[in-house]
Amino acid sequence: MSRLQPRFAELKQANRAALVTFLTAGDPNYDTSLAILRGLPAAGADVIELGMPFTDPMADGPAIQLANIRALQNGQTLAKTLQMVREFRQTDQATPLVLMGYYNPIHKYGVERFIAAAQEAGVDGLIVVDLPPEHNDELCEPAQAAGIDFIRLTTPTTDDQRLPKVLHGSSGFVYYVSVAGVTGAGSATLEHVEQAVARLRRHTDLPISIGFGIRTPEHAATVARLADGVVVGSALVDRIAKAESSEQTVESVLKLCQELAEGIGSARR
Amino acid sequence: MNSFRSGPDERGLFGNFGGQFVAETLMPLINDLATEYEKAKDDPAFQQELAYFQRDYVGRPSPLYFAERLTEHLGGAKIYLKREELNHTGAHKINNCIGQILLARRMGKKRIIAETGAGMHGVATATVAARFGLQCVIYMGTTDIDRQQANVFRMRLLGAEVIPVTAGTGTLKDAMNEALRDWVTNVESTFYLIGTVAGPHPYPAMVRDFQAVIGQETREQLLEKEGRLPDSLVACIGGGSNAMGLFHPFLDEPGVNIIGVEAAGHGIDTGKHAASLNGGVPGVLHGNRTFLLQDEDGQIIDAHSISAGLDYPGIGPEHAWLYDIGRVEYTSITDHEALQAFHVCCRLEGIIPALESSHALAEVLKRAPQLPSDHLLVVNLSGRGDKDMQTVMHHLNLEEKPA
Repeated sequence: MSRLQPRFAELKQANRAALVTFLTAGDPNYDTSLAILRGLPAAGADVIELGMPFTDPMADGPAIQLANIRALQNGQTLAKTLQMVREFRQTDQATPLVLMGYYNPIHKYGVERFIAAAQEAGVDGLIVVDLPPEHNDELCEPAQAAGIDFIRLTTPTTDDQRLPKVLHGSSGFVYYVSVAGVTGAGSATLEHVEQAVARLRRHTDLPISIGFGIRTPEHAATVARLADGVVVGSALVDRIAKAESSEQTVESVLKLCQELAEGIGSARR
Repeated sequence: MNSFRSGPDERGLFGNFGGQFVAETLMPLINDLATEYEKAKDDPAFQQELAYFQRDYVGRPSPLYFAERLTEHLGGAKIYLKREELNHTGAHKINNCIGQILLARRMGKKRIIAETGAGMHGVATATVAARFGLQCVIYMGTTDIDRQQANVFRMRLLGAEVIPVTAGTGTLKDAMNEALRDWVTNVESTFYLIGTVAGPHPYPAMVRDFQAVIGQETREQLLEKEGRLPDSLVACIGGGSNAMGLFHPFLDEPGVNIIGVEAAGHGIDTGKHAASLNGGVPGVLHGNRTFLLQDEDGQIIDAHSISAGLDYPGIGPEHAWLYDIGRVEYTSITDHEALQAFHVCCRLEGIIPALESSHALAEVLKRAPQLPSDHLLVVNLSGRGDKDMQTVMHHLNLEEKPA
């Protein structure tokens, strides 16, 4: 069963928001990516989102587009991403791990085969950007039947009328995309986030994580006062782009992760 | 009643193809668009205005021309050219652009974005945006910008901002990704004017409806000239809008043989082509399930064609369905064959066809000689070749140089 529910429950008990980190699997290469992944829990990541690389990441900004290209150029495939999860689970059985990406590689791999492999590897949830609730029968329903959570993105354009439809079939947590835009773009105002969280709470009891445009420990701390989880992606991915060596990459990403975790840890004191 | 013309269903599906595979940010807007389009379609005022602009601005109906010398040269089927290249802006693209811009205006949108490959859709979009006084941003791959500079200049003359896209191979697919990113960011103010029968529902059906004027006119014109329906229809396919426009009104006519022509580039077995049906497998990209060029891992493979307008690794979902059920025959033509047909059309008919349309003509060169003289064959001359001068010159130079 999914590790997401117990993890969010523990954090609620401790009056602390979750740090949800996003990285693209295989960025910049398999070994470095696995080393980062293995270091994340100790560096304070509460939930891990692992991107499944795709040639055409339509909803991503430049940072994550480049991460996809780096990973693919170094031979990352969906099979290798699942292998990476298996290797991660050899050293960590507790941290929830969510695979995030686009539908086509899963479609090609075969939905049934993918769900079986993901379950066996120790995947807790899926976020598939281009599968809205209109296509729940494709992957959402079979994944949930197999005990894998399906996490929905909700956005500023998802109005009250549509929200129940989006939340129906959501599990694990709800990911609120705080700005209409691609990943890594500008961030929402605090007021907007506050209102959005309040609106979502009226519709769901699931934990709410906020993402898009959160880059610094200070910013993460502010959001952590309002939501159950804070998602950071592009800022971590940028560290990979800027690093000069493999060791430096791992160190630099994990350092930012630590700082973000400290920011979040201090938020509700 | 069994009809091939009743799709898509309420989920936007043609059989198992099509749908709405987009990010949540776009879903509410796409649903709005579908609702607004349904209303507009049934609104006589909208249809009247559309007809007015098609006639007085686009120059419709486009002639159905008996290609006498081409027919004589091939010594078989009687060949008619549907002269879409005579439309304002030089291709069929404007038919759809006029329809969508009227819808954008109706929805109160102030900003138009579009992707373009060869530049014909970009030019047509910039044209209608100028005509209706709306801000216009066109995304175009850098490879396409290099080979279609005249069209880039045209778009800028018309007041559009052309944004070069360097991602991927800098062709149509990458331009579409970037347009989608813009749309996700500016979703409330912006109307995304998609140029082909692809993308999330309602685009494939809506673009088809706006292009179906091609087939409707062809039907009337041929009945008038010959007193009967055609025996064969031939059109080239990238995304497939000119083909769908010609084909759709004839899908329920069992006597009409329908042939779509994909771009085989250097040849399908070389892997350098743009033939999604003949060389691809089903997948999900750009909002719809359709046939795609992709590798074993589901990563999209770059298409290749001499013609920028066919250089796309997917195809409209309705074509995917028509292929799947076997109603339409889909063949392919190489770069080399298209160039040969280009020359034949120039010399025999005094018409310089677009390299896209030259693929359809090349199929006719193969087919017509085998057919009897009473076989009526209509080929869609979807665009004119002025934009392709650079590309053709480049290939002539290559051919003239000793090996």
